[in-house]
Amino acid sequence: MQPTDVTNPRYYHKVVDCQWGCPAHTNVPEYIRLIAQGRYTESYLLNRASNVFPGILGRTCDRPCEPACRRTRVDGKPVAICRLKRVAADLRDDVSDFLPKVPERKNGKRIALVGAGPASLTVANDLMPLGYECVVFEKLDRPGGLMRTNIPAFRLPASVLDEEVAMIIDMGVDLRLATPVTSMRALLAEDYDAVFVGSGAPKGKELDVPGRWDAKRIHIGIEWLESVHFEHVTSIGERVLIIGVGNTAMDCCRSSRRLGGRDIKVMARRSRKYFKASPWELDDALEEGVEIVENHAPRRFVVENGRLVGMEFERLAWSEKDGKQRSEVIDTVTIPCDDVILAIGQENAFPWIERDIGIAFDDAGMPVVDRVTMQCSRPGVFFGGDAAWGPENIIWAVEHGHQAAISIHNYCQGLPITDRPSYGMNLVSAKVGMHAWRYSNDYSPAPRAAMTHVELTQRFQKLNVEVELGFTAEQTAHEVERCLNCDIQTHFTAPLCIECDACVDVCPVNCLTITTDGPEEDLRTRLSAPALNRTQEIYVSAALPQTQRVMVKDEDVCLHCGLCAERCPTAAWDMREFTVLIPYAGKPASYELRTANPIPSGLSSQLAVRSSQPL
Amino acid sequence: MTSIPKPSVRHPGLPRNALGLTTRDYEGGMSTLCAGCGHDSITAAIIQAVWELDLPPHRAAKLSGIGCSSKTTAYFMRQSHGFNAVHGRMPAVASGVHAANRELVCIGVSGDGDSLSIGLGQLCHAIRRNINLLYVLENNGVYGLTKGQFSASADVGSKSKRGEPNVQPPIDPVLLAITLGATFVARGFSGDKKQLVPILKAGLAHRGFALVDVISPCVTFNDHEASTKSYRFTRGHRHELAPVDFIPLTHEIAAATVPGDPVSVTMHDGSVVRFRSVGEDYDPTDRDAAYAHIRRLQAQGEVVTGLLYIDERAPDMHGVNGTIEEPLTRVPYASLCPGNAALQKLQEEYR
Ligand SMILES: Cc1cc2nc3c(=O)[nH]c(=O)nc-3n(C[C@H](O)[C@H](O)[C@H](O)COP(=O)(O)OP(=O)(O)OC[C@H]3O[C@@H](n4cnc5c(N)ncnc54)[C@H](O)[C@@H]3O)c2cc1C
Ligand SMILES: Cc1ncc(C[n+]2csc(CCOP(=O)(O)OP(=O)(O)O)c2C)c(N)n1
Ligand code: SF4
Ligand code: SF4
Ligand code: SF4
Ligand SMILES: [Mg+2]
Repeated sequence: MQPTDVTNPRYYHKVVDCQWGCPAHTNVPEYIRLIAQGRYTESYLLNRASNVFPGILGRTCDRPCEPACRRTRVDGKPVAICRLKRVAADLRDDVSDFLPKVPERKNGKRIALVGAGPASLTVANDLMPLGYECVVFEKLDRPGGLMRTNIPAFRLPASVLDEEVAMIIDMGVDLRLATPVTSMRALLAEDYDAVFVGSGAPKGKELDVPGRWDAKRIHIGIEWLESVHFEHVTSIGERVLIIGVGNTAMDCCRSSRRLGGRDIKVMARRSRKYFKASPWELDDALEEGVEIVENHAPRRFVVENGRLVGMEFERLAWSEKDGKQRSEVIDTVTIPCDDVILAIGQENAFPWIERDIGIAFDDAGMPVVDRVTMQCSRPGVFFGGDAAWGPENIIWAVEHGHQAAISIHNYCQGLPITDRPSYGMNLVSAKVGMHAWRYSNDYSPAPRAAMTHVELTQRFQKLNVEVELGFTAEQTAHEVERCLNCDIQTHFTAPLCIECDACVDVCPVNCLTITTDGPEEDLRTRLSAPALNRTQEIYVSAALPQTQRVMVKDEDVCLHCGLCAERCPTAAWDMREFTVLIPYAGKPASYELRTANPIPSGLSSQLAVRSSQPL
Repeated sequence: MTSIPKPSVRHPGLPRNALGLTTRDYEGGMSTLCAGCGHDSITAAIIQAVWELDLPPHRAAKLSGIGCSSKTTAYFMRQSHGFNAVHGRMPAVASGVHAANRELVCIGVSGDGDSLSIGLGQLCHAIRRNINLLYVLENNGVYGLTKGQFSASADVGSKSKRGEPNVQPPIDPVLLAITLGATFVARGFSGDKKQLVPILKAGLAHRGFALVDVISPCVTFNDHEASTKSYRFTRGHRHELAPVDFIPLTHEIAAATVPGDPVSVTMHDGSVVRFRSVGEDYDPTDRDAAYAHIRRLQAQGEVVTGLLYIDERAPDMHGVNGTIEEPLTRVPYASLCPGNAALQKLQEEYR
């Protein structure tokens, strides 16, 4: 195999599973270490640099980082990355002095942003400090997008949302509430240098089966949640059926529980294995007494005398044939109810964008948007968040915002938007003495901390009682130690190795092998423990000095315990703290290199690299 | 953080042996030897060998003397019996263990100082008695524990770390053992587990004394340029004479039918040692020829390794003495020690 090129930031970045899994590449292990040291404000600011809304996301993030977390592969449960973020947000001091500064003198460029959801807000967050004038148009009378109107207050308190939205608005954003954009043509005719569309995917999907239009009390999930938010809806019947089993369904059933629902059933077409809702949201719903009914396909609404009395379902039996799922109808059942909420998905709708102004739409009615630059077919118009490729989540909306801001900045400077700024990396030894490292390398066998919830009885009294209490100090102390510090890399220097096998023998999880070189397929089978997880890289060194064999490391379950480096007599293995340097609009990666993280002089073997390769 | 013990968490895909154990279950305490010491690799090789043999850890006895090498019995099979004897006296203790309980698998670990200086007489008599013992001699050419003085295995001309050459001729444990009539003689290198593990397994299966001399570089006091026991020197001068595969009893049939086998030796328990290749004029079952061949290569400056000599026919200590099959520890005290009256009667016969 080609020796692994660790000077490309991509290699070590991928080892940091959580950060690699996070759409915005939040530096998780570093923020967890800061929490461990009680440096909550710094931890919060580190979070904010990449994910912009740590308090909101610490409660609501879809957390793609957690299934990616190495700890899952080691002991089955990921580090509670998301809820630790909340710890930093809850315990931080006032951060106003540390927020990006906005220059008095503007750069003369004006940007229009449609919608005040997380995507647009992120664009504004990145562009305001560069002197841009940002005008945000919002249809509703308050900012925040779906974070405000659809995520219920018992999951996300308004105060948390208000504060983090205000951090951006208070940079001097020209926020125009209750001002829907009704014509893109008209907007483009105004004097803006670029337009960003962050209008979300505002339409709930319909279920057009018999009886749908014959009765009231059949609601569309996201519209109903919005009405609940605006207090246009303050009660619901005792028996409620929720159709669909995604995250919207979870919010609908739990909100129903708080508005008078007693007998609430979430009706799913398939079995639990295929549910779209996150497992923790399902657990929370079950804890609140919601029933989840599997393998029921809706057939028709049962309406008597103009009144909804129930819904008829086909009971399905699923079987697998040739890798395909087939269903068979067993029988038909009618379940009585007072209300039905449809939560079967969201769609995009752009009635306000004319189709003859150079913005191409595909057959599905979606704008054609470039995956890297976020620009649509009309130069100077960018899309992001749910508006770009359909419903996603907040953290993707944020990442789209960052990338769109980079493009807008290039565009306004007359640079090609395909010129993406380069990534960089720092790699500095974590050694601070004999067998001493500047991180806690001892493996903690502690189980994942379980979130404590408010008592059920108190929970349903008001709509906005936050259910999760957050971690206690003790829980936090344990949970931070579960993090394996995957950014503290095992860094190998082949010419130093004397092939004594000490590292191979000491590694508790059989990561290391010294063997003759070969093609990757073959090498993977010849290691101390076969490297079966193809999603994880194997590191291959240059030829070793004494025997010309190679050092191979399977990254899969490395604990980053540093024992290999402790046992190595020649420091051929060293533990090095890796930081991927991420560029933002107007802030190249080297900016951080010079200011925030200087490389100690005299450590010439240590790397600071800039790379133009995409991550 | 300061130095940490090896955490008990293990690779999820680690294979299990017939007892349901992983190699991690055969580990001992955390080594306190210098990082990079050859002895630690030998420990790892022993763990691999006993795991592959499905050895129940509580049926083994670990015996050692004094030295860095002798400390290593603490670093594997924490569930086993163990005795850390005084300097050079491990063979006497091993003889006692083997006499008392012939069912225990005895693993002795010693150093070149422990075996060839203070304990030389003990080693010779253990060979002569042919006690059933795997005797691992971790050979680094120095007294590591006492900071690197030349040992009796240091080669003439090999230099100390401070540059003084050794002037006294070495004792070669392999040639010594063959001379004394040892029934299993091998040499390995800590840096080559592929070779060492089958040798250790064969040594454990051998009924009788199995001497395994393992070149085991001392990273701290004897791994420099002018040393003849360094990693680099050993790699540069090693001659693998008789590589073996060890085929346990369960695989016997397949092993026996391999065509063109140069030499296969069937062990007392039915397992087979198969020599993958041996030189034309070399026969690892012919004591005189083996001795002469090793001498010849050694005279050319080569470090000869492999399973160099094997004799499966000789009886071990219990065989020679005609001891009962039952371990003495299980014989009721009354029959083991028939009492004063019986003694008087016996003595009467000689009067
Ligand atoms: C019930 C529900 C629960 C969810 N829970 C989570 C969760 O827990 N975690 C998570 O990460 N994600 C969650 N999501 C998804 C998440 O809210 C969205 O992915 C995210 O808010 C998308 O951000 P955005 O900026 O693209 O658009 P949005 O948040 O949808 O914001 C778009 C804004 O644009 C405004 N707008 C639309 N059209 C116009 C127009 N023509 N003129 C002016 N303004 C306009 C809208 O009023 C809205 O304020 C949930 C979604 C739903 C429906
Ligand atoms: C009776 C006695 N004499 C001397 C010593 C000092 N001593 C301790 S270890 C050792 C030599 C050990 O050498 P070796 O067996 O080669 O072990 P190594 O440390 O090299 O592995 C000596 C002389 C002692 N402990 N006891
Ligand atoms: S840090 Fe080194 S010793 Fe620890 S698990 Fe990773 S490779 Fe193994
Ligand atoms: S411990 Fe160090 S010198 Fe020894 S094999 Fe490992 S990397 Fe090489
Ligand atoms: S002194 Fe030498 S023999 Fe002893 S532990 Fe250190 S390297 Fe090994
Ligand atoms: Mg020694």
